[in-house]
Amino acid sequence: MTNSIEEIASADFILAAGTNTFDAHPIIGIKIKKAVANGAILAVADPRLTDSAKLAKYHLQLKSGTDIALFNGLANVIIAEGIYNKEFVEERTEDFEAFKETVAKYTPDYVSKITGVPADTIREVARGYATSKNSSILYTMGITQHTCGTHNVFSTTNLSMLCGHIGKESSGVNPLRGQNNVQGACDMGALPNVFSGYQGVTVEANCEKFAKAWHVDTVPNKPGLTVGEMVEQCGKKIKAMYILGENPVLSDPDANQVMHELKSLDFLVVQDIFLTETAQLADVVLPAGSFAEKDGTFSNTERRVQLVRKAIEPIGNSKPDWEIICLVSTAMGYPMSYASPENIMTEIALLTPAYGGISFARLDVCSLQWPCPTADHKGTRFLHAKTFSRGKGKFNAVEHIPPNEMPDAEYPMVLSTGRRRYHYHTGSMTQRTGALDVFYPTEYLEINCADAEKLGICDGDKVRVTSRRGNVEVAAQISERVTPGLVFTSFQYPAVPINKVTNAARDPISKIPEYKVCAVKVEKVG
Amino acid sequence: MANVTLTIDGIQITAPKGATVLEAAEQAGIFIPTFCHDPELSKPGACRICVVEVPGAPRLLASCVTEATEGMVVFSASPAVIESRKTNLELLLANHPTDCMTCNKSGDCRLQDYAYFYGVKQDAFEGEKHNYPIEGDNPFIERDMNKCILCGKCIRMCQEVQGNNVIDFAYRGFNAIVTPAIGVPYSDTEVSNCVFCGNCVSACPTGALSEKAMIGKGRRWDIKKVTTTCPYCGVGCQFDLNVKDGKVIGVTSMNGDVNGRALCVKGRFGYGFIHHPDRLTTPLIKKDGKLVEATWDEAISLVAEKLGATKKTYGPDAIGMLSSARVTNEENYLMQKLARAVIGTNNIDHCARL
Repeated sequence: MTNSIEEIASADFILAAGTNTFDAHPIIGIKIKKAVANGAILAVADPRLTDSAKLAKYHLQLKSGTDIALFNGLANVIIAEGIYNKEFVEERTEDFEAFKETVAKYTPDYVSKITGVPADTIREVARGYATSKNSSILYTMGITQHTCGTHNVFSTTNLSMLCGHIGKESSGVNPLRGQNNVQGACDMGALPNVFSGYQGVTVEANCEKFAKAWHVDTVPNKPGLTVGEMVEQCGKKIKAMYILGENPVLSDPDANQVMHELKSLDFLVVQDIFLTETAQLADVVLPAGSFAEKDGTFSNTERRVQLVRKAIEPIGNSKPDWEIICLVSTAMGYPMSYASPENIMTEIALLTPAYGGISFARLDVCSLQWPCPTADHKGTRFLHAKTFSRGKGKFNAVEHIPPNEMPDAEYPMVLSTGRRRYHYHTGSMTQRTGALDVFYPTEYLEINCADAEKLGICDGDKVRVTSRRGNVEVAAQISERVTPGLVFTSFQYPAVPINKVTNAARDPISKIPEYKVCAVKVEKVG
Repeated sequence: MANVTLTIDGIQITAPKGATVLEAAEQAGIFIPTFCHDPELSKPGACRICVVEVPGAPRLLASCVTEATEGMVVFSASPAVIESRKTNLELLLANHPTDCMTCNKSGDCRLQDYAYFYGVKQDAFEGEKHNYPIEGDNPFIERDMNKCILCGKCIRMCQEVQGNNVIDFAYRGFNAIVTPAIGVPYSDTEVSNCVFCGNCVSACPTGALSEKAMIGKGRRWDIKKVTTTCPYCGVGCQFDLNVKDGKVIGVTSMNGDVNGRALCVKGRFGYGFIHHPDRLTTPLIKKDGKLVEATWDEAISLVAEKLGATKKTYGPDAIGMLSSARVTNEENYLMQKLARAVIGTNNIDHCARL
């Protein structure tokens, strides 16, 4: 997020795209409701009628996978009507002319044909976004989980720069991150191309710095494989895997193939708190500690680093993950030993400029938002105030690209997947709470009344969802949340492993799979 | 900002203009009891337990809604104030169950605390008592409306913080009750609009609203609270893990930097996995296609040996490492250090894309 969560409540215009905020990020949902109560205008771009869409003044119920067209259309109106922030564009950005040229054809009428959103709605939202004092864009996986995910993100940042709605309080581009420490995992360099603090592995000086700090001769300077590429290469280039706290068998697309590929490894070690579907395939399973059993820090979606405090002793013979990693490292001939996670943070701060001023002692008093480069720095509430990380903000002109797999005669419907309020990711935790799983025990497939009628499906009927890759059976729920032609379910129930059906086609830049669109057929079982 | 100076119980206090008498008193460390007041919520000034005496005023004034003014003289514990508060408590207790000995909120109940503080006994008034059924048809929240003192904080929490408007007062006088629309239980979510965030529970000053799973698991004074960060989504709410005898028995609100007291259903009620019997408690090694229990030494040696052999035979890039968006920064840092410094590969990623 370029802004802080609290700043959302003070925005005047909120454009929330592809985010089911009230279910997936309820506390951010509270801030949105607060903004609306204070008079902010809410526009929600989502193919589904989510609870946040119900609250919105404008629900842009676009067809799945047409986000670029929509955002280009908003920019088209703003440029055509001369209501963009000329000063900001002039002083803070580059490549505006190319962008202007690209969006010229995305007139409201043209965009309306692609997206299904009425042209007048596009005009009104464009005017509202451009002319409000503080406009904020929020988005989540509805924007990113497409084969054009990176371009979708470009289209959001283009719009924000066009109107100068970035780099100030309550005004920016705000991806709401889905996992407690997904921000931190990225910050810490659990990515194939960067060390901690996004220091590139291809930069010689960075390699030298880390090699010296870690007392090794060299560190590899060629970017590695992403999760999807690693899984695809199992049994080929990849012979062994060490998987910590991840469950790709349920979370990755085209699950049958994932399972097949993991089985083709020579050696698989999985470290987790439960015997997940992935751990069941492992040669060695290492029992780890949950958040309640260890000290450390998580970094949230607004770059806020907060303490995790140990509340109880390890369960049984399990150990906190950091201790296990140290044991493996030491056994591999590289002694790794830290008295506590606090000492690890000391090393992180030394090597990671954005975390340079962060220490457990400071965090014990209050949380800190990076960049926090020095011990007397108070942290940073919003980014890009005076300049962008790369200097000038670059307009990346992007064109609408249809999803990788479109409905056809055999697979006539679009399946989109996401999350439920009462469950979390692959459900390995929430399905074992004795509360969430009791209240919300089974999964279902949302299907529009018109489609249900055509297919002879009643509410609660068991249906089979089939794609080119596989099928699952699930109970149907006739719902106004989805439009005709669209069905929706979550990936949070082991009994409904919907990723057997989803498409593993990936964005060529970010390598994110296209979970939000694949072609399926739905039929009644029995 | 302009200030005002007033005197409470003979102590001169300078408070910001616009502050209430209650706020000025709290600033000076003077105790005034409250039921319906909550600094985060609107001020109905309804319960009257916070009354104070201001000479010249025609009656006792509710300090939570009385603005402190220049030169004001206030008595927070005069005989008239004490008598009024005692009567107030006696009236509340006249229609309140007497099961403090088994009430889950005992030790964390304002009614109990104030009754004790002011020496109020149960039997001052006798009259009709409510006999509402206890609502416990959901796994999250137990509602015992017999213990409700109609302070309305749950209503305002739901309206003003959560924004869901699930509950409000219905009926009048003795029959007044806090309820979702047309008297449905919370669990009828289509009608009630309840999302079981439990933020109402965090505001309740008595045993009317309880975290259901905590009932009977530990007395409040035996519970150790450990402030930590929620393990679910990326918002980073903070809360207190409630620990008794080395077990997490519940989650309660504190004042988190991001969330204040607000939590969602997963954060507040989704902790049961910590002690679930499915938790892995020992290393496992696959033998003849079956995972069997092993010691840490065996498991770690085997991992080191296999990863080392893979590296030796096929090179470091034949090893793939998945770190996790679920574990701490420190653990992610070590995982990429293990990949890069020890194994010698950049094949490290996690599920940011999923």
